[in-house]
Amino acid sequence: MAEPVLSLRGLRKNFGGLRVTDDLSLDVLPGELHALIGPNGAGKTTLINQISGLITPDAGRIVFCGQDVTATAAAGRARLGLARSFQITATLPHFSALENVALAVQARSGSSYRFFADASREEDLSAEAMRALQDVGLAHRADKLASELSHGERRALELAIALAMEPKLLVLDEPMAGTGREESARLVDVLQRLKGRFPIVLVEHDMQAVFALADRVSVLIYGRILMTGAPDVVRSDPKVIAAYLGDETA
Amino acid sequence: MAEVAAERAPVVSSATTAWRSYVLPLVIFALFAAIPLLGQFTAEAYLLSLVTRVMIFAIAALSLDLLVGYGALVSFGHAAFMGIGAYAVGILASHGFGDALVALPVALAASALFAWLTGIVSLRTKGVYFIMITLAFGQMAFFTASSLAPYGGDDGLTLQSRSTVAGFDLLANDRVFYYVTFLCLVAIYLFCRALVRSRFGRVFRGARENETRMVTLGYDVYRYRLVAYVLAGMMAGLSGFLLANATNFVAPAYMSWQRSGELLIMIILGGIGSLNGAVIGTAAFLLLEEWLAGFTEHWKMIFGPFLVLAVVFVPGGLLGLSRFIMRRLRRG
Amino acid sequence: MSLTLFLIQFLNGLQLGVLLFLIAAGLTLVFGVMDFINLAHGVQYMLGAYLAVMFYAMTGSFVLALVLALIAALAFGLFLEFVVFRHLYGRDHLDHVIATFGIIMFLNQAVKYLWGAAPLSLPVPDALSGSVELFPGVLYPVWRLVIIGAGLGVALLLYILVSRSRIGMLVRAGSTHAPIVSALGVDIRRLFTIVFGFGAMLAGFAGIMIAPILSVEPGMGDSILILAFVVIVIGGIGSIRGAFIGALVIGLVDTLGRSFAVDILRLFMTSSTARTVGPALASMLIYVLMAVVLYVRPAGLFPAKGR
Repeated sequence: MAEPVLSLRGLRKNFGGLRVTDDLSLDVLPGELHALIGPNGAGKTTLINQISGLITPDAGRIVFCGQDVTATAAAGRARLGLARSFQITATLPHFSALENVALAVQARSGSSYRFFADASREEDLSAEAMRALQDVGLAHRADKLASELSHGERRALELAIALAMEPKLLVLDEPMAGTGREESARLVDVLQRLKGRFPIVLVEHDMQAVFALADRVSVLIYGRILMTGAPDVVRSDPKVIAAYLGDETA
Repeated sequence: MAEVAAERAPVVSSATTAWRSYVLPLVIFALFAAIPLLGQFTAEAYLLSLVTRVMIFAIAALSLDLLVGYGALVSFGHAAFMGIGAYAVGILASHGFGDALVALPVALAASALFAWLTGIVSLRTKGVYFIMITLAFGQMAFFTASSLAPYGGDDGLTLQSRSTVAGFDLLANDRVFYYVTFLCLVAIYLFCRALVRSRFGRVFRGARENETRMVTLGYDVYRYRLVAYVLAGMMAGLSGFLLANATNFVAPAYMSWQRSGELLIMIILGGIGSLNGAVIGTAAFLLLEEWLAGFTEHWKMIFGPFLVLAVVFVPGGLLGLSRFIMRRLRRG
Repeated sequence: MSLTLFLIQFLNGLQLGVLLFLIAAGLTLVFGVMDFINLAHGVQYMLGAYLAVMFYAMTGSFVLALVLALIAALAFGLFLEFVVFRHLYGRDHLDHVIATFGIIMFLNQAVKYLWGAAPLSLPVPDALSGSVELFPGVLYPVWRLVIIGAGLGVALLLYILVSRSRIGMLVRAGSTHAPIVSALGVDIRRLFTIVFGFGAMLAGFAGIMIAPILSVEPGMGDSILILAFVVIVIGGIGSIRGAFIGALVIGLVDTLGRSFAVDILRLFMTSSTARTVGPALASMLIYVLMAVVLYVRPAGLFPAKGR
């Protein structure tokens, strides 16, 4: 079996008396789209925050591309190629869509301790940013401020920002949250095209999207992984149905 | 609070950009350049000293606006850097080192060092804690200066003369000093403009809007903020150097928290998040202060309520007000 | 460095601490419940002192002056809240800073206008003047003991109020979850007004109590305000317990530091250097302490949760 891109071993996180992540272990293989599903309150966002480095686990190890990053800060992990999107849109409202993405490009192209040249005139930064916007279908809205975009467009922008980082792993926290049917379908299309470019961890509630896209699915219940497997296997597993899918309309 | 500060940031359209980027600053600086010529007709010495003071504080205000308006870092101890710059001049002069070529680098280095040391601690805090800790560090500087008995203590230190420049008494002439200050202001203004648009500035401004987002892009936001804090401190140190020379006097009062508060008022008055606003606000504050003081020694009793009313009823300061009026005029 | 001197300075430190607590308590409450930075808290302290002087001149009775001044301080605090502060809740902290800064400017000047710039004084009530011998050889002013006692009494009162009464529960809830408290139907406006008025009274009370010891002059509230802010920053904004501990620590560190800095330094350096450097270091001491605390705990020692 190929060396996993991301390896979580025995992660544990308590908030006060509440155990949110409970001895969790998970592997993400190269090139796969690995979906993470589970009921609300299962600890999905906490897990993603631990993966991206915004929360420190109480115990356990996180290995990314062969490197132990458990003690590495979030910015450091991002520089190693770990990109994430946010469930609650985290774009920069007073920057244009292009600038939002250009900042992601800028982070990996040379020092940002430059004080004199106008960054918006840097052609290569803008060109690369444009490419990411084209990937998600937002090229025609490049000059609009992020605050002027519709909710669905902003979810797409979130994705573009993560793409522009040229990630070694992309972690998406409910990219379809709050989007309508049409925009949701568009995002699924985009993700379909991105599959294989790099490994993706997809946290989602939208079951249609999950089963259309995922190579493997892990089910997160009460802070631990109940099972991991191919979508069809997971979908029909009685334990999973009892714990989670029974409540969802598939 | 960062969200609200970000909301104050002007939303840019191309027409207003041209006006704000070119016309307005040109007008402002042309006015400043022309003042000494007007002096022919009025009390020249008084006018020069007043407007020199405006320009000096405008430099400090620009550096503060960089932190507050563009970075949402509300520093309530910024006057400390002015004071440090001024004391560098004073202390060196009292030991016989009266040349600007010595005093200026020392002033800049001292304020940079103070900014770096206090910034390391302050920038680990957020929101109100940041305001309070910068206030306290400012006080620390104030009390230290007050207890420096050999350098005047509470009463301050009088300088025999202005700094020489490479041995020449260039700055002794008020007009020359005026234009030197003017050039410093223009240089600082242009630097701040470039900074805001630069790669560094983009990261810094982005951190104001969403720090978590910037961190997850790979930026060490804390370090960028520290650099910005040190740069702003140095610029204020420059203004302190100029202030000591303008008044030939150095006192702990230059670093009081009341002074820091006044700097904040200056940038709010003009509209934070705008470099033009910082300059306009400073001029408005100091000129208003001067005018009111002419009426009564109790002018603060008028100025105080004015400030309160301004804050309560006019968000966005003078520039915000003028923008509001412009929009109304265009619609009507 | 004698034991007597140390004991006296220790008590002085306690007295300063208690005074700081009276001021910091109102400040941290207002901040915790209404998320409002009230720089004008210092002038409320100053006003208490001036009102006490004025009422004493009118009535000749300290007790009467105390009561009247407290009422007037409360009234003024409520007036400020009604006219200015309630328009500012929910606004940027920067707006609070500027508006209350304007009030400080106004009041410091108004006080100079009404009573002149010369320092005024208030005599200690006869029964409580003079000193008492606490230990053999240690004479300590009775009034300062009264201040310590009063401060500790207020601390106890606040503790009971905040942890045992309904209002206290609302205050604690409002500290961390104001919108929820409001949604539960509590008249949040009235709660804010009560909290603010109470805080103003505490500050005024501190001013009245200190008036016989310090000189009453314009600007007397400014330096103590900064100290109070250091207290609540160290203690944790919104926390009365933090304010109490922070105030005692700051009071003791500052007083003992100033008294013994030169002596301690003389152990390491020459006498003249110690005398030059000592006072400077002593005044920096509490700020260094604050920096250290905030470096380790950026939200203070006992932060109210949810902030």
